[in-house]
Amino acid sequence: MESDRHFPWHVFVFILPGFLIYATFSAWPLLDTLILSFYDKTDAGEKVFVGFNNYQTLIGDEEMSAGFWNALKNNMQFFLVHVLVQNPIGLLLAALLSLKDLRGAKSYRTLIFMPTLLSVVIIGFIWQLILSPLWGVSEELLYQVGLVDYFDAWLGLESTALITIALISVWQFVGIPMMLIYAALLAIPDELLDAAYVDGASPMRIFWQIKLPLILPTLGLVTILTFIGNFNAFDLIYAVKGALAGPNFSTDLLGTFFYRTFFGFQTNLGSTTMGATVATIMFLIILFGVMVYFYMVQRRLQRYQM
Amino acid sequence: MSNYNLKIKTVTLALVTTTMSALSSGVFAGDISIESWRVDDKDLWQSEVIPAFQKKYPEINVKFSPTSPSEYNASLNTRLAGGTAGDLITCRPFDVSLELYNKGYLMDVSAEPGMEHFPEVAKSAWSTDDGKTSFCMPMASVIHGFFYNKEIFSELNLKAPNTVDEFFNVVETIKSESRYTPIALGTNDGWETHQIVYTNIGPNYWKGEEGRKGLVDGSLKASDDAFIAPYEQMAKWKDYLSRGFQAQTYSDSQNLFSLGRAAIYPAGSWDIAFFAGNAEFEFGAFKPPVQQQGDTCYISDHTDIGMGINPKSSNPEDAKTFLNWLGSKEFAELYSNKVTGFFSLSNHDITINNPVAAEMISWRSECESTIRLNAKIINRGRDDLETSFWNAGASVINHSASAQAMGQKIQSILDK
Repeated sequence: MESDRHFPWHVFVFILPGFLIYATFSAWPLLDTLILSFYDKTDAGEKVFVGFNNYQTLIGDEEMSAGFWNALKNNMQFFLVHVLVQNPIGLLLAALLSLKDLRGAKSYRTLIFMPTLLSVVIIGFIWQLILSPLWGVSEELLYQVGLVDYFDAWLGLESTALITIALISVWQFVGIPMMLIYAALLAIPDELLDAAYVDGASPMRIFWQIKLPLILPTLGLVTILTFIGNFNAFDLIYAVKGALAGPNFSTDLLGTFFYRTFFGFQTNLGSTTMGATVATIMFLIILFGVMVYFYMVQRRLQRYQM
Repeated sequence: MSNYNLKIKTVTLALVTTTMSALSSGVFAGDISIESWRVDDKDLWQSEVIPAFQKKYPEINVKFSPTSPSEYNASLNTRLAGGTAGDLITCRPFDVSLELYNKGYLMDVSAEPGMEHFPEVAKSAWSTDDGKTSFCMPMASVIHGFFYNKEIFSELNLKAPNTVDEFFNVVETIKSESRYTPIALGTNDGWETHQIVYTNIGPNYWKGEEGRKGLVDGSLKASDDAFIAPYEQMAKWKDYLSRGFQAQTYSDSQNLFSLGRAAIYPAGSWDIAFFAGNAEFEFGAFKPPVQQQGDTCYISDHTDIGMGINPKSSNPEDAKTFLNWLGSKEFAELYSNKVTGFFSLSNHDITINNPVAAEMISWRSECESTIRLNAKIINRGRDDLETSFWNAGASVINHSASAQAMGQKIQSILDK
């Protein structure tokens, strides 16, 4: 009876180290960035409180906002390519790999997951070399299949550069949706599938009407992870195109836009306060997306006890 | 117990004092470090320049620590603001370094011994607007022109062109009569189209300093014919670039030329060192072509690189000794001959050994020199001007924008 009255101090003690680390390296910098975005630096280097001025400049001002809206639009395209290409392919591969008695399933899994383990600089360099019109093999390969007329300097043209880099990113990360969906598919008990088979359902019907509804929570998770990952994307663009995200800013994402704003590029000196503003807006966009997902989708997903 | 405690205390004290004295003696009085963006020159500095300096001053250790060019300005500023920058700072010309001086990050070196060996024109790139205070010692300039593969030219019976018409005849011949790529240029990186092409062929149209000064004081506009004409010429280059040039990077262009697959390479003189080492054929240089035979020619002779001292340096005396040595004839000759393509800005009479470099520097006596168009004053307060110039150059060659439109876009930024 007495132990009910004692305040559980020990809980706090056990949580404290983890909480301290999280607060110092995650929560405090986030808060500080938010606060920094409300300041501006004078020429003499002093910080001056300007309220929502930076946000107004970023969203409304002609020069500055053009770059921001362009980056946002490109990021949406980047995300769309991932959702339409990466996740369906991941789903397909996972479905194929989870077939019973597939020979070499383990090696396929490893090979498909390997690009995720490679350094992004290596991936950028290799793909740039493969797609290079001067020394790349892609032209030769397309010639072998008779599609050489479609070959072009994709990475250098404004119309195709972003999609090309998005597809390289899809190649890099397809292993992750595949692994997550594969794990979910494995969790489906065989009795359900056997019962459906015995009842006369075709494999296609089994997939669409039994497997897919059962893994819907995982698909939701994969989509939201893709969303967060894409809106934070920076390293592939930086490795392939540099911070300037050419040609003519067509591959500029929010990440590279932030990099240029905060750290500067070439003779442009960056602005820490404006950079903090960009970072805060990126955070808010991602937060908004995740909240929409939680309220609209997650709560309505049917979860089955398996 | 007290004996044990005493032992512990003595041992700890001994350890602490030895570590502290070791750490403090680690920072020798004779150490200086140099900040720079010339990553390509690192080997040359370590094997040629620094040993030459240490022959005269053996007690001073010099470290050359370059940062990649696109990161240099931003990271240098961060280091200067944080007090962790090196003792000697390689200075970008004009406003970039003027800003550093105004913020107190560069020392006034106007009275340093060695500065008297440099002409006013050279010092003006690293002086305040009134010309009275110099904050960096000039080191070298780069000259722009075109390199050509002498073997390909003799195979096709071509001569180095003088006029624009001759230039297009040459590239047309190369394109129709051979499988070589006429011009090795790509638009992927963007900066070459402005800093190596536009500011290279442009001065012949805007008459060098005349046009540049007109743009600075506002009497001329970037949308005027003289400034649009180079873009119109560049648009014609598209047919003579290799297939897929939109994805061709600067190093791709260098490789294309050094492998002998391209005939002409629009160049800055700093490329001489790369090709001297990598190309297996003889290459020559020709000036940017003039519009009519007999016109005055103009070359881009850009004061590119200087050296200043960090006022917060922990070793200013040795830094000043190094700076003094940079003004000497020995350094001028060493730098111009070893770091081929960078021409010393000093008054010293030096001989250039490399034939291509000698050819380029001889243009100084035949042509009027000018600096890169937007380097001085024009970029001030217009952060996006340089990148807009890059995009303009690339778009014009790509045919994704017209010369007129780009001229007007640049002018609209200047008007702000």
